[in-house]
Amino acid sequence: MPGSPSESGLVEKRQLLDADGVARALRRMAHEIVERNHGVAGLLLVGVRTRGVPLAERLAKLIGAVEGTAPPVGAVDITLYRDDVFVGLPRPEIGRTELPHELDGRTVVLVDDVLYTGRTIRAALDVLMDYGRPRAVELAVLVDRGLRELPIAPNYVGLTIATSRQESVRVYLSESDSEERVMLRERAS
Amino acid sequence: MTGFRHRHILGIEGWTREDIVKVLDLAETFLEVSDRPIKKVPTLRGRTVINLFLEPSTRTRTSFEIAAKRLSADAVNISGTTSSTVKGETLLDTAKNLMAMAPDVIVLRHSASGGPHLVARHVEAAVINAGDGLHEHPTQALLDAATIRKRFARVGDLEGLTVTIVGDIAHSRVARSNLLALNLLGARVRVCAPRTMVPLGIEQYGCAVFDRIEPAVEGADVVMMLRIQSERIEGVGPFPDTREYSRTFGLGGRVGRLLGERTIVMHPGPINRGVEIDPAIADGPRSVILEQVRYGVAVRMALLYLVGGGQHVEAPPA
Repeated sequence: MPGSPSESGLVEKRQLLDADGVARALRRMAHEIVERNHGVAGLLLVGVRTRGVPLAERLAKLIGAVEGTAPPVGAVDITLYRDDVFVGLPRPEIGRTELPHELDGRTVVLVDDVLYTGRTIRAALDVLMDYGRPRAVELAVLVDRGLRELPIAPNYVGLTIATSRQESVRVYLSESDSEERVMLRERAS
Repeated sequence: MTGFRHRHILGIEGWTREDIVKVLDLAETFLEVSDRPIKKVPTLRGRTVINLFLEPSTRTRTSFEIAAKRLSADAVNISGTTSSTVKGETLLDTAKNLMAMAPDVIVLRHSASGGPHLVARHVEAAVINAGDGLHEHPTQALLDAATIRKRFARVGDLEGLTVTIVGDIAHSRVARSNLLALNLLGARVRVCAPRTMVPLGIEQYGCAVFDRIEPAVEGADVVMMLRIQSERIEGVGPFPDTREYSRTFGLGGRVGRLLGERTIVMHPGPINRGVEIDPAIADGPRSVILEQVRYGVAVRMALLYLVGGGQHVEAPPA
């Protein structure tokens, strides 16, 4: 419901994508990943917890439908690699990092829901480097909302949108949220 | 996202079931770090952990040191001994001197009960109790609980499991912390020892007391053997001689045959082989002694992360 207050004092402003929009964006991204990598050989999709993981699984399934084989899927949790450990409260819940294959020689496609400052991806890259030496790392995000603080750029983007720091982009996925849409929200003043 | 409500880790006393489960869950994720090709995460980079061990210890000190290093903290070890009648002032002076070096966490083992509590009241750093006198050894109780939980494939607590603690209950801070933790987690606890080694009023911890080992281990899911703390016993000992103790209260072949099929055997170490436990059992398939050591590192990483990580202020929006 637009305008209704939600968690942490944020008010919903506008819907950016509905369920069909999310599905179409992912379908296109799946095709782009296959095209750029000439198939699925040596590919590994790695979702950034939490919402990057279902997105990576969906992309793998879509790629499988096109190519006949789906690439393997892994997950990284970046909690222990954050650069704001000193200011944040310790987060007692930490998800597992699960990388089903050796990274050496593979092309890893990191998958996340929203790309913002780039700090999460910086941390995810550090996690990957601790597990091995991928041939290359690419980045797929459902929404790129700009305002980067680090030199990080995505290779595959579902939706690019300019936002302000007072705004936030929230992705709802059926796997974790029982609904499917992308909302632009704003801090209530 | 909720934080952890304890600034220091001084004892299980005052904790809730939820506090314990939180630490055990976190320990499961830290266990995985030790299996990685690079056994290190950058979480506590730039933080300093001082391991102040004023009583002999190898296992616990090493465990804390490895835990700190796997979190990328700088770990400094200071060992020494103090007499059992150490004055509070001496310890406080030590602590204040250490604070001048700006550590973020002080891990303290001390022969006086309440030593870590005293230090915690006077320093800026977070204090973790690594064993204080006859009082508590919270990290041991937590790693024991983590080991039991894993072995019995529990996700939350230890509801309904029967745990028997055998040995020097009176001189054991491990027993005390374990009693508190196991009770909170819903386990049924039995203690078994010569009457001279059972403190008065032990029943207040909600445990059953046995003076013979045979009925105490029968039907138990977990048998935890404790060492005789000879260094804490003055004058006439609580039992005639070691051989008799071993025959009556040791976990050997005869008593071993009474254990159930799935019963596990634990020991906080160091083991006195052939006294409280038969080597064949300590090294046998029931023994989870080395699993306890593995969980020791993971549990201590979890605790260092919880008290050594944040500034205990609200996190900025993600």
